[in-house]
Amino acid sequence: MTSNQQPATSNQPLSFQETIFRLKQYWSDRGCIIQEPYDLEVGAGTMAPETFLRVLGPKPYRVAYVQPSRRPADGRYGENPNRLYKHQQLQVILKPSPADVIDQYLGSLTAIGIDLRKHDIKFEEDNWEAPTLGAWGIGWQVMLDGLEITQFTYFQQCGGIDLDLVPAELTYGLERIVKFLQNVESVYDIEWAPGVRYHDVRFKDEQQFSVYNFELADVPTLWKLFDLHEQECQRLLTTFAKRLCVLPAYDQALKCSHLFNLLDSRGAISVTERVGVIGRVRKLALGVAKMWMEQEAAE
Amino acid sequence: MSLPFLLEIGTEEIPDWMIPPAINHLRDLFQDLLDRTKVAGTISAVDATPRRLVLQAEGLAERQSDSEELLLGPPKSAGSGAAAGFAKKMVTTPDQLGTESTPRGEYFSFKKHLKGQDTIAILAADLPQLILKIPWPKTMYWNGKGSERFIRPIRWIVALFGESVVPFELAGIHASNITQGHRLLGKSEIPVTIANFEQQLQVNGVILSASKRRGKILDGVAELLKGKGLRIRPDASLLETLVYITEFPTPILGGFDSQFLELPSEVLVTVMRHHQKYFSVEDEAGNLAPHFIAVMNTDADPEGLVQDGNERGLRARFNDARFFWQQDQKRKLEDRLEDLKTVTFQAKLGSYFEKTERVVALVKQLGGSPSAQRAALLAKCDLTTDMVKEFTDLQGIVGGIYAQAQGEPDEVGQAIYCQYQPISMDSDIPPREAGRIVALADKWDTLTSCFEVGLIPTGSRDPFALRRAAQGVVRIVIEGGIQFAWPKMSDALREFMRDRVEYYFREVRGFAYDEVRACMAAGWSDLSDLESRLERVRAMRPDIEPIAASFKRIKNILQQAGFTVTHALKESLIEDGPERELYDEFQHSFGQPLESRIQRMRPKVDLFFDKVLVNAPDEAVRRNRLTLLHNLLTEFSEIADFSEIVTQTRN
Repeated sequence: MTSNQQPATSNQPLSFQETIFRLKQYWSDRGCIIQEPYDLEVGAGTMAPETFLRVLGPKPYRVAYVQPSRRPADGRYGENPNRLYKHQQLQVILKPSPADVIDQYLGSLTAIGIDLRKHDIKFEEDNWEAPTLGAWGIGWQVMLDGLEITQFTYFQQCGGIDLDLVPAELTYGLERIVKFLQNVESVYDIEWAPGVRYHDVRFKDEQQFSVYNFELADVPTLWKLFDLHEQECQRLLTTFAKRLCVLPAYDQALKCSHLFNLLDSRGAISVTERVGVIGRVRKLALGVAKMWMEQEAAE
Repeated sequence: MSLPFLLEIGTEEIPDWMIPPAINHLRDLFQDLLDRTKVAGTISAVDATPRRLVLQAEGLAERQSDSEELLLGPPKSAGSGAAAGFAKKMVTTPDQLGTESTPRGEYFSFKKHLKGQDTIAILAADLPQLILKIPWPKTMYWNGKGSERFIRPIRWIVALFGESVVPFELAGIHASNITQGHRLLGKSEIPVTIANFEQQLQVNGVILSASKRRGKILDGVAELLKGKGLRIRPDASLLETLVYITEFPTPILGGFDSQFLELPSEVLVTVMRHHQKYFSVEDEAGNLAPHFIAVMNTDADPEGLVQDGNERGLRARFNDARFFWQQDQKRKLEDRLEDLKTVTFQAKLGSYFEKTERVVALVKQLGGSPSAQRAALLAKCDLTTDMVKEFTDLQGIVGGIYAQAQGEPDEVGQAIYCQYQPISMDSDIPPREAGRIVALADKWDTLTSCFEVGLIPTGSRDPFALRRAAQGVVRIVIEGGIQFAWPKMSDALREFMRDRVEYYFREVRGFAYDEVRACMAAGWSDLSDLESRLERVRAMRPDIEPIAASFKRIKNILQQAGFTVTHALKESLIEDGPERELYDEFQHSFGQPLESRIQRMRPKVDLFFDKVLVNAPDEAVRRNRLTLLHNLLTEFSEIADFSEIVTQTRN
């Protein structure tokens, strides 16, 4: 622990960024690489290659990073105190999961100033599944005084492949946790840094992207882009598999996934089409996972 | 000497609803182990919390009883050399061998005396597999691909036989005498004995007994509400969830702003129950009060932080619900009809728009009032509202409330509200005619459509809940007094509905199996007619049994003769005596209630069979007698096929 931190016992709740620092430090102390967010649009921290690809195969890995996660359909023009187009997840992967993983997790809550003896913690069944990634796991939503603060998952399959080592994935919903700890009614009232509100940092994103995602995004263009990125991904997967282009191929798959979400928020995907489009993205993700495994085996 | 046994499987948090079945399986598996290994002993208790499954047994013999096993050797014809070899293999001498005759000849045999094994060794060998055999709806692995599967990772095992640890290993865990307490209230390493196990858990914040946890919740609730004129809305399944999601349950009372009471109480209750696992609280008049009961998994809320956190969480949820309500009111239900074209009912069956068209037509066909027709038209529109997208359990209910808010007549709103009723065997059918017709038409459409495209339930697989729909149809028609002549049905659907009707009258209404079969054999196209015939047959029950035997006889005679009616009954051919007496009685009582006719007819029928030869030598007389029996049978079979009635053999 560094010395210039706020004391954990202080009644003054931590700022948004201080909470992130604490969590990163905590997991760094437990052997995690601290990564930066992936620089493409993703819907969840799971989709960053640091999770989606690194959980595959037999190599142990520990990583933590904050991932801004874009969900176009969740946007509310900055008017809803709880819902955001882009929220931030702190994602932790412990591969393989240690036997005391839950105790370690509870320790991380203490590290951000939650006195567990004064609160109610419950683990409620919640099995996670991402059809577009061919991924699923078993786990819980962790409830703090009736509020879901973390998704805890033991990954079982990713990219349609059974995992050699079972990773524990901890996904902290940072806005929810900090809003709760700072005891504010709206996410926009969160203190991001001393004297700076969440509103100051993120409000414009919410407003402008809501307008774009719901009203202005050009549907024919989005479909064209979807097709192009899909083709590019397929091309890399089929033609150049031997040239180590698995990461670029995955980027193209992520683009498709985000375009799917955008089209969805524009109301451009009918119920009948939906399954088909999910299937197209899934096929790319499965192809990438397979190629990653082949390259791992060849190393 | 006999000893007690304790097994505790320590895990990470198991989903609450899986726990009660799991401990029953654990009990069965262990009983099976005792039976199979012939170890004496009794299971004294199984219990569980989210983090531990526990089995306790007593009076286990320290050693399995000795037994004998008969082993066959070479055929006797193989001679003494072979016998000596067999004896050597059995570690004995040839004079100890016996012989055994089998269908294939005589064989040398040896009765091997098996010394009973030590029970602790048996337990050590069998428990790992026993634990892994507990069936779960969905399992996981945690130690790497190909490793053991369980519902959640196993983190410790306590296995004690008397004072000794049963030595085994499972998934890298060595059984021991060390348990773990509550995650926050207890120690993480607690040495225990069988005698102090439960008490040590208690000291460490774990109430092992589910019934004690249940009691603690209910007592706590009573204490919190004492003198306030408030009570919780009873909710047995929520209570069970809370019992199995906590190791140390403590209820707390929270409140919310009473302005939220303007929202429909159904919405508030659903948010509290499904999303927050709270009990709703009502006043003495049964009105929802601005309070809730949450159950913590800890001992206290010393600074009120838990209460405050729960209240804030609930406020956010209620604000969401209010937002949905306001958004949804911007478009009337009727304006949402078009949107149903994009909501799939079932891939092969098209959209909810198409379903709506079919149901409206069916409601008209059934003579539904204008209100019923209107309700059928709007019934599915709530599927496109934000409220139902968020709280799917409230479909129908939300539509009904919105219809009323939007000025639709009461009867329309209520019919929409009740369209999914009855949702279970003991729940009510819609209270009024319009609602009944809409609910009936909706279910009937689902049934016929699904059967048409081959979506037919098989065994336990019934993904579209067609059994429930069919049961609903039967109940609404009968209990709701709806005139419903079965429209055209495929053979499969007819068979399916037949089963549901039979099930309803047997299991729900308690008619005897044979009464239901007898009456249904006389037709079931009009269910209320079937119901009244059943009641008549039940009322006649003790008296009809003897005549049922006669009917069976008549049926057999007619069948054996391959009889079909070709000539009308001729009075001139009736012989004086028992035949005429039967004929006269039959003619004389024509048009009187069956109940009294059967009574009087019975001795005549008996006498007839006693004295009269049906197979008379004269062809015409014989035919006439068969015709008399046939007419008798036909007329009395209008209410039931009495030959189906099972008679107690009392003669």
